[in-house]
Amino acid sequence: MNDVRAEAAVDVEAREFSVARANAVALYTITRREVKRMLRIWTQTLIPPAITMTLYFVIFGRLIGSRIGSMHGFSYMQYIVPGLVMMSVITNSYGNITSSFFGSKFGRYVEELLASPMPSWVVLSGYVAGAVLRGLLVGAIVLVIALFFTSLHIAHPLVTISTVLLGSTIFSLAGFINAMFAKKFDDIAIVPTFVLTPLTYLGGVFYSVNALGSPWREVSLGNPILYMVNAFRYGVLGISDVAVWITYAVMLAFAIALAAVALTLLHRGVGLRS
Amino acid sequence: MPAVPALETVDLRKTYANGVEALKGVSLRVEPGDFFALLGPNGAGKSTLIGILSSLVNPTSGDARAFGISIHRDRGAVMRQIGLVPQEINFNQFETPFDICVNVAGFYGIPRDVARPRAEKYLNELRIWDKAFQQTRMMSGGMKRRLMIARAMMNEPRLLILDEPTAGVDIEIRRSMWQFITGINRAGTTVILTTHYLEEAEQLCRNIAIIDHGNIVENTAMRTLLAKLDVETFILDVPAGFAGEALPEVPGVKLTRIDAQTLEAEMSKSHDLNSLFAALSGRGITVTSLRNKTNRLEELFVRLVEHGKPDQGRAAA
Repeated sequence: MNDVRAEAAVDVEAREFSVARANAVALYTITRREVKRMLRIWTQTLIPPAITMTLYFVIFGRLIGSRIGSMHGFSYMQYIVPGLVMMSVITNSYGNITSSFFGSKFGRYVEELLASPMPSWVVLSGYVAGAVLRGLLVGAIVLVIALFFTSLHIAHPLVTISTVLLGSTIFSLAGFINAMFAKKFDDIAIVPTFVLTPLTYLGGVFYSVNALGSPWREVSLGNPILYMVNAFRYGVLGISDVAVWITYAVMLAFAIALAAVALTLLHRGVGLRS
Repeated sequence: MPAVPALETVDLRKTYANGVEALKGVSLRVEPGDFFALLGPNGAGKSTLIGILSSLVNPTSGDARAFGISIHRDRGAVMRQIGLVPQEINFNQFETPFDICVNVAGFYGIPRDVARPRAEKYLNELRIWDKAFQQTRMMSGGMKRRLMIARAMMNEPRLLILDEPTAGVDIEIRRSMWQFITGINRAGTTVILTTHYLEEAEQLCRNIAIIDHGNIVENTAMRTLLAKLDVETFILDVPAGFAGEALPEVPGVKLTRIDAQTLEAEMSKSHDLNSLFAALSGRGITVTSLRNKTNRLEELFVRLVEHGKPDQGRAAA
């Protein structure tokens, strides 16, 4: 009897191992496909943010910044670099996942995923990984461009890396949810235009939130992007308008909440299964 | 002890959000190794049923089991058994056939070193290997259909579901597709087919279910069903110039004019032809030739494309 039980336990273990291995292959496949897509259309995914950020550096950093003077002991150019890098990471992660996932819905090849044995978390993780990688790549490109305009010394490398990973994950998840509900291409353009861009500009990319008077400072604290920009600025320059532990608490809370929502929607097949 | 069915649905129901009741308690059983036809008019519920089996539609109630595994209990295990060829083209038009096949294999957990030779094998067998590294948007409709079959084979399914796979495909390609499908069926894969080309279903399938308004109205062996068919249709060739003549009324025969030189007569198999000829002669209409209504053009075309000349085809056969 014990032998039979032991054999059954081994079977279950072997099956779990093979399912885990299959999930790992599936996760790698989606991520690889996403990266390949990003690189295939590099003129749409990598070049525009590089050009846009170069213009920001020239106009805001060099031309206007030279008249502003120093911010917390750093030149204005140095002060805005972390915010602009984070802005690129956020918008590109968001844009990557919305266009890719909505494109797969629109072209119906999302059915390849839905009709496969992959669990929902693998599908979500694959798309998020692809979007995070685009965010990281664009962030790296923008950072390299920034070095042509100013010098930077990364004050806290671990904070820098963890912030960029968390920030891109949060906006990838948000983008995924947007794409799930989207029924037409307009629906994936509305949030970046009317929500993401204003929040980014009001998130302390170009100024210190402490410079705002009440009630605008308090209003600004309701903007999640403020915490990401400040955490990243702390990582790069060592300065922040908000305590770093609060920025992590806010980012983790958003990441967990958005992941839970995205997984629930995906599991139910909202916008995907009838 | 009876074999575990390849597919079993138990009282499967689906009511869409708009209130349309697409399936009203479908119970169906498909034996392993079968070539099974699922037929029905547009909107009968075929695609909903296939959608549930392939996890694209959530059932309202009831269960579907593939090889004894319930879709509710272990969706992943069920999906590993199934390959789906959907009705609509549903792959990324900017990817290549090779990438599409290898990626889909990856979604099933098949590593790339296994998937690559498998993709080559199936793209070759379906005669689209020469397009393997071109973007699929450059491919013809027939090639896209064959790619969907190759893609469905990447997990080497035990149950292959084909939803109108030959819609809009020319006869030569259609025949090569059926050659491939019958080959894999002979090798042990269970095949479920929906099609509007009834002659396809008649030739290929051993068992059949007919669905209408969300209910299974017939589920039997193809032979049994065909035996029930009591109506026969004949095409009659008549000389030009009869167009002005009124057609005679013949009891038990539905006689219609197709064009100036052709009539169609539909009648029971037990009905004799003599009364029809007598009635036509009575109106001065001479019948120059007679044939059963089968798709002779299809046969002629296949002989032309496969063997060069119509006569050679018959001789070679």
